[in-house]
Amino acid sequence: MKHRLQFTAKKLVRMALLLLGVSLTAFLLMDASPLDPLRTNIGQAALGTMSPEQVARLEDYWGVNTPAAERYLGWLSSALRGDLGVSLLYRQPVLTVIGQRLAVSVWLLVFAWALSGALGLALGVLAGSRRGRWPDRLIRGTCLILYSTPSFWLALVLLMIFSVWLRVLPIGLSVPIGGTADSVTLLERLHHAVLPALTLSVAGLPGVALHTREKTADVMDSDYVLFSRARGERGILRRHVVPNVLLPAMTLQFASVGEIIGSSVLVEQVFSYPGLGQAAVSAGLGGDMPLLLGITVITAALVFGGNLTADLLYGVLDPRIRRGAAKG
Amino acid sequence: MEPILSVEHLSVSFTRYRRGLSRAELSAIRDLSLTVEPGQVAAVAGESGSGKSLLAHAILHILPRNAKAGGSILYDGAPLTPDRAAALRGREISLIPQGITYLDPLLTVGAQLRRGRTDPDTRSRCRKVLERYGLGAETEGLYPFQLSGGMARRVLIAAAVLDSPRLIVADEPTPGLDVKSARRVLGHFRELAEQGAGVLFITHDLKLALSVADKLVVLREGRTVDELPAADFRRGQGLTHPYTRALWQAMPEHRLW
Repeated sequence: MKHRLQFTAKKLVRMALLLLGVSLTAFLLMDASPLDPLRTNIGQAALGTMSPEQVARLEDYWGVNTPAAERYLGWLSSALRGDLGVSLLYRQPVLTVIGQRLAVSVWLLVFAWALSGALGLALGVLAGSRRGRWPDRLIRGTCLILYSTPSFWLALVLLMIFSVWLRVLPIGLSVPIGGTADSVTLLERLHHAVLPALTLSVAGLPGVALHTREKTADVMDSDYVLFSRARGERGILRRHVVPNVLLPAMTLQFASVGEIIGSSVLVEQVFSYPGLGQAAVSAGLGGDMPLLLGITVITAALVFGGNLTADLLYGVLDPRIRRGAAKG
Repeated sequence: MEPILSVEHLSVSFTRYRRGLSRAELSAIRDLSLTVEPGQVAAVAGESGSGKSLLAHAILHILPRNAKAGGSILYDGAPLTPDRAAALRGREISLIPQGITYLDPLLTVGAQLRRGRTDPDTRSRCRKVLERYGLGAETEGLYPFQLSGGMARRVLIAAAVLDSPRLIVADEPTPGLDVKSARRVLGHFRELAEQGAGVLFITHDLKLALSVADKLVVLREGRTVDELPAADFRRGQGLTHPYTRALWQAMPEHRLW
């Protein structure tokens, strides 16, 4: 137990350092961006018609004249007090914006994460246990093609097939156009989420499947599977192969949270899906420093949380770590 | 006595893809013949690379898929077909493998020995067989990584004799053990043979093989070179084959100079 606590404490310190580094990097990158927030958000034409006082007020609002160090330290000191500031684009507290966007994205992310994980695992075990035969060749070939397909391109292709040609699924957004928020039904929301969720799942699937296939093949070649066969055991796949494959697959699955969030940025952009990924893009392009840093820090924490969960679960599920830790 | 196992002109070869698409046949066992009688410990000795482990796997029909076996294997007088081997594996024919990597790292010793069965009869047999090799009830709850080398070896032997097999194939069961533990393992083989089982003891350690075997089969490059009573070899008499004679002379205690 003491060991587990120590482990968690160490991880939390590491997480604090990570978030600090990530926020600083995001800030520096943004500061180095050649985009002028005034020109991108207000427009060259509008700026030309404004008086110098108005422009100066806007420059103050977007923080153009404040030194970089002061801006970052200012953000950091409020962030440490739990205040992530107010989004410059949306004129709402950053946490409110992130909360709204995350509520839209989270089902997409969870669905894609679960589907790519479960299906990837099943296909990987199937391919790995029938190595060299046709199911393996089919699954491996398909996965290699999908693996080398950029997710945004896949999104465009799916859009063309299902929305333009077949007209069975909406072309974008998370709700139908022209209705009020409370008139939207759950079914309509699901209808709009199908394509982005599918794209995200397909983007995550081949990595899981190919990794699981390799691991399954290793386990099938292992001495202990050979010995189980020598002892005339039945159900070797279920008793020996799956548990030994599941353990590393689980780590990979929790570590893939980052990849799913990463591809959601592009996929949401293609589908004009108003989720967290899309907000990140507008914050980055629009020079909305508080929002971008807020999103960066929160997604980094989510990714870290995923990895931490994997580490903790490993300690619970793997007897070598569980018993080893209990002894030492 | 009628042999329980007789291997006649066994050959095992592998198909490998070389660079490009050319295939190469790699012969691991070329012409291997031997017999094991009930109540007998037959030691198969040969240097590494002489195809010893493959012999064990060929008998149990658990060769890798890219391996091709020729010749014939008779068990109890009838050909050991893949179906028959599958039915006999773990019941009448047991394998004692080389080491701890042959145990599933995620299952406890008890669970592996019982092969997923939980009925009281299997449980009590499992307990008894562990006791027989000096392993207490607590061993059942241990995971393979918690076993010492000697314990692991005894667990593997226990797994092999759980079903009172008639033929035991032991594939290099002693490396890594100190002399005392190795002798104890061999003592168990002797005991199993005295209870009527045939034991095929595969090893590269000639001296160890001689200390327990009734019969010695000498392998070289996948061929049976010689098959002779172990007592003859111990005395150094009647060694007709030059390779066997060379082996005998190579043993430190037989060096005259």
